[in-house]
Amino acid sequence: MNSSDRERLKDSLARAGRSLYNSLPVLAGTILLIGLANAVVPKSVYGRIFTKFAILDTLTGAFAGSILAGNPITSYILSGEFLSQGVSLYAVTAFMVAWVTVGVVQYPAESMMLGKRFSTLRNISSFVLAIITAIITVSVVGML
Amino acid sequence: MKKPDISISAYFLIAVIALYAVTAAAGPGLAVRALESSYTVFLRIAYIFVLIYLLTAGFNYFVSPESVKKHLGTSSGAKRWAISIAGGIISTGPIYMWYPFLRELKKGGVGYGFIATFLYNRAVKIPLLPVIIFYFGIKFTAVLTVVMILMSVVQGIIFEKFEKEGML
Repeated sequence: MNSSDRERLKDSLARAGRSLYNSLPVLAGTILLIGLANAVVPKSVYGRIFTKFAILDTLTGAFAGSILAGNPITSYILSGEFLSQGVSLYAVTAFMVAWVTVGVVQYPAESMMLGKRFSTLRNISSFVLAIITAIITVSVVGML
Repeated sequence: MKKPDISISAYFLIAVIALYAVTAAAGPGLAVRALESSYTVFLRIAYIFVLIYLLTAGFNYFVSPESVKKHLGTSSGAKRWAISIAGGIISTGPIYMWYPFLRELKKGGVGYGFIATFLYNRAVKIPLLPVIIFYFGIKFTAVLTVVMILMSVVQGIIFEKFEKEGML
């Protein structure tokens, strides 16, 4: 490894460290929020929000994922915790996929840069695809 | 005097701490149970952060944003789809940082289909796969990743049609 490679490695390690460091407040907040929800929210509440009807739950999950935003890792941690609370895998998958593909928060910037019609259609189609992705993924995993 | 630079994520953490303060005021036992539960969640996932750090550093070392931009701008046909998928997966940083570049690509003649595919694949983050594997298992993670990549191409093809029909 020559000195240029060593510099690049040092820079890569530093950038990864900065990226994780910058995510710390959100990650710490998310973990604390999950702890609070576990302690305060009775499990029966999830049962009331999610009905056990796969299609309806998937829609609810995709809708919730679309309006929330943030680092993908937050959605993975939340989804994993939802699953342990008994929320269906369809709903959790749709939630996770919509979180990372539908960008309600970024919509103004996206539409300014790439066009309003493109951004609108992309977000709507991403919402529909999140539902389709959830149904296909859970069905295929169930068959394997 | 210069105002302290507090990011939105820091405000989020402060808001959560404030929620804990309210909970503690309502019932100290409840706040303690919440903290214990958080600690359990943290212990369960702590080692994954080390993995994420190493994978992110590896990506930073081997893949540069410049190389993604270069290939996405110059490739064509099936190769461009592959580059669009790979570019979306390995692109780092906030999404809005990529909008100016994508707009330039569009001006340079790259279709909306490829841009849609690129944006969809930003959802597939290889350094974060350990977290999904931890919660959902390897089988689910592999199927979800493949389905998402396929859906990104479906979305790309739909947008190509939209563009050809003059809908964009």
